[in-house]
Amino acid sequence: MQADSESAAAVSAHDWPLAVHQALRDAGITVVAYVPDGAHRRLIELCAADGEMRMVPLTTEAEGPCVLAGAWLGGGRGVLLMQSSGLGNCINNFGLLKAGQFPFLTLVTVRGSWGEANPWMLYMGRNTRPLLELADFHAYEVDRPEDAAPTVAAAAQMVFACGSGAGVLLTQRLTGAKRFKA
Amino acid sequence: MTSNNERARLDRREVIKKILSGNDEVLAIGGLGNAGYDLVAARGDYALDFTIHGAGMGGAPMVGLGLALMQPQRRVVVVLGDGDMLMGLGSLATIAAQRPPNLAIVVMDNERYQETGDQPTATRFGADIAGIAAAAGFPVALRLDDPARLEDAVGKVLNATGPVLVNVKISDAPAPQLPKTRDGVLMKLRFREKLLGSPN
Repeated sequence: MQADSESAAAVSAHDWPLAVHQALRDAGITVVAYVPDGAHRRLIELCAADGEMRMVPLTTEAEGPCVLAGAWLGGGRGVLLMQSSGLGNCINNFGLLKAGQFPFLTLVTVRGSWGEANPWMLYMGRNTRPLLELADFHAYEVDRPEDAAPTVAAAAQMVFACGSGAGVLLTQRLTGAKRFKA
Repeated sequence: MTSNNERARLDRREVIKKILSGNDEVLAIGGLGNAGYDLVAARGDYALDFTIHGAGMGGAPMVGLGLALMQPQRRVVVVLGDGDMLMGLGSLATIAAQRPPNLAIVVMDNERYQETGDQPTATRFGADIAGIAAAAGFPVALRLDDPARLEDAVGKVLNATGPVLVNVKISDAPAPQLPKTRDGVLMKLRFREKLLGSPN
């Protein structure tokens, strides 16, 4: 029995979107705001199938900090799923989060981070961590599948207890780089 | 050139008082500039008002959406200017897709960026915010430029199955700033304490 449950845990840890979804559930997340990214696809599908998570697809990531602040005013906890390109769209609205010390949890798939083949992605990929740190948010890179859920859990605990902000950066070492035909 | 503003004749403070005065249960979000002071004119510096004062331009409707989704039994009213709304037009599509029945957006449209020196906004040149909201999928979206229709519009803001957007063509006479806190942490904590029973 012991061995079976350990191997189940190992499988679950390597299925990082499944484990991350569970970590979001455990953190009491009921609002999932997102602009899709290919590397977020499975997590988005798991959250949409959850039944207790309200999915809010956005027209721009700039809407994310605002809808999460509003959810917090109403007693809810949310998360923003986006790609590194979207971080730049958010920045002015980080000022709203700071002015109100609103909790802010975001899971960012980092294009341009490892084995990238599209030069247009390099700029925001290179600047994801510096921009989060300029905003005085914590930034945690995740390269290994077994680290994803514990990092999300730790970030969520801190964010909602402290009224702070944190980005969990899901690198292309974790998600794999997008393939191009040429 | 004929100005749309020739038809703009409603007084923003009269409109907001009709919506919010005495309606203490309504949760209100105020956008930049005069919108925050509109809320004060209606019901003082009140715990169930949260106002945005700079960062977050274009974001007030999304703050309202998050709040409306978490508080489906409460009416949520967002008040903001036309320049503010124009910066967040995409949010009208986001909100229409969510279809929150308890959310209403009131745009105080004076066709100018009054806070920064009266530069014209796109509504001055014909952009129709109510039309954009209707096209995005808002079940109730109307332009209010006739004082005789004020009561009907207020009824829709407070009671119609939303999301509702009312674009109010207002006078461009400057409205006075009123005393209110701009401390975001204070507003957040007192809002949650009054609504949820605890600030934390």
